[in-house]
Amino acid sequence: MAGSIKRSGKFDIERAFRGGTAALALSVLVLGAIIVYELFSSSGPAFDRFGFGFITSRDWDPVSELYGALPFIWGTFYTSILALVIALPLSLGIAVFLTELAPVWLRGPIGFMVELLAAIPSLVYGLWGLFVLAPIMQEHIQPFLAQYDYLPFFKGYPLGLGIMTASVIVAIMILPTISSISREVMYTVPETQREGGLALGMTRWEVVSKVVIPYSRSGILGGVILGFGRALGETMAVTMVIGNTPQITMSLFDPGYTIASVLANEFAEATEKVHLSVLVELGLILFVISILMNSAAKLLLWRMNRYGSGSGS
Amino acid sequence: MTDKLKVEALSAWFGNNPALYDINIAMPEKSVTAIIGPSGCGKSTFVRCLNRLHEEVPGASSRGIVLLDGEDVYSPGVDPVLLRRRMGMIFQKPNPFPTMSIAQNVVAGILLERRMSKSEVEESAEKYLKLAALWDEVKDKLHKPGMSLSGGQQQRLCIARALAVEPEVLLADEPASALDPISTAKVEELFMDLKERYTIIVVTHNMQQAARISDKTAFFLTGKLVEYDATAKIFTNPSRKETEDYVTGRFG
Repeated sequence: MAGSIKRSGKFDIERAFRGGTAALALSVLVLGAIIVYELFSSSGPAFDRFGFGFITSRDWDPVSELYGALPFIWGTFYTSILALVIALPLSLGIAVFLTELAPVWLRGPIGFMVELLAAIPSLVYGLWGLFVLAPIMQEHIQPFLAQYDYLPFFKGYPLGLGIMTASVIVAIMILPTISSISREVMYTVPETQREGGLALGMTRWEVVSKVVIPYSRSGILGGVILGFGRALGETMAVTMVIGNTPQITMSLFDPGYTIASVLANEFAEATEKVHLSVLVELGLILFVISILMNSAAKLLLWRMNRYGSGSGS
Repeated sequence: MTDKLKVEALSAWFGNNPALYDINIAMPEKSVTAIIGPSGCGKSTFVRCLNRLHEEVPGASSRGIVLLDGEDVYSPGVDPVLLRRRMGMIFQKPNPFPTMSIAQNVVAGILLERRMSKSEVEESAEKYLKLAALWDEVKDKLHKPGMSLSGGQQQRLCIARALAVEPEVLLADEPASALDPISTAKVEELFMDLKERYTIIVVTHNMQQAARISDKTAFFLTGKLVEYDATAKIFTNPSRKETEDYVTGRFG
């Protein structure tokens, strides 16, 4: 006997399921909107007072109510870009070794160790930077580099604490992100691609540089963006080793300051309304920088993918 | 006719599992040899031993002698990279490089050896695309991605890419098994033309294909070479019972 194919008219679990998940997804948008609204409204007083001059001003003296964001924007970009410059070749090297060259039994342990780096708390990195890396920098590495003081990067007195140490720490912190994402996308390169290269007479190095990396470039770029985003926002470890001096300097030996670290340092003591509002505006600037970086990367990916790429991530 | 390739006592393994047992076979110059046999019989492993691609698989190993123009490709001084430039290979699934244009795909192998000007790239692309019977279909879009082509066109692009290195031997591992009948016919026709210049070894599942295009046919079964003879003989009057069962379809 055939059963009825009509809806039973009872509670429709399908619709409830769809509605429920839609509500959860929407809540993210609502949350984002609230954060943006809050950032804008709370930074209103600072914007009314300083306008766009806030972004270009170099002065920072809360006591005499002088606020300028430029040293912090500079410090944030400078340390993050340096960290990326250090971390990218290391990460790619790790990913290439793990996917292309390492014997199978070695892949698991090394991959695990690299990912373990991501599990170390930021504060521990900061302590390590402060007590281990900074003295090494001050006593060994920076005096060596000081020989090349005709370059603008190596001028000044080797202090240990400063932009260089901060960048190295951040590089170590973003390394697991970039390398594990690169590794994952390189794993997805089909074996037929590698064999196509080998059969054409490519060496292992040529297979990596001409086949594997081009094939996975959009995925690698995705990893770079995530890593850079993390570098921009990294707070605790940077605050502990960068020296916290709002100045614009090319020298890697000099102390600097980032947006995230000035927020961490000054929020608790920001009692003046303007001071607080200025800090929120700095947060807004960091937020906008992150969004711009992400959009630029999306644009780059889109342009690259128009010309065909293996992985679509 | 002289033997371009001579294989003596070739055995191969994946880890501890044997894939080929003691193969002895010789392929004459400028001919098409078909390798037939059921799945898992070692056909692909066999051709991948010829250009030493087999050893790139983790855990894979082989033993024996493969003479290319009388020189053992497994002797210690041989660089597999240089060997593979003399033996082009075409795979089952077309594998153009997705980030390269059609023209760049064709010259990818040449660029490993020397720099090329833009006009040289276009010249070479034209030459080898014509050789691979693809030129007329792609001449207006040389700078479009290789992946924008149909499966059959991609496979002929891969053939052009393999030819551009000017190999002497062409290994084809089921080159038409992922293609529709029209593309298959084009690829088969192409092999018939190319045999004037190259020694071709084709692995195929398709016995009509083997009968149509090859001069000699080798039948593999469970890692062993069962019979190797002129194609006409293999398909009309094979001397082994297993061969007859297979080519008449009474077997696997």
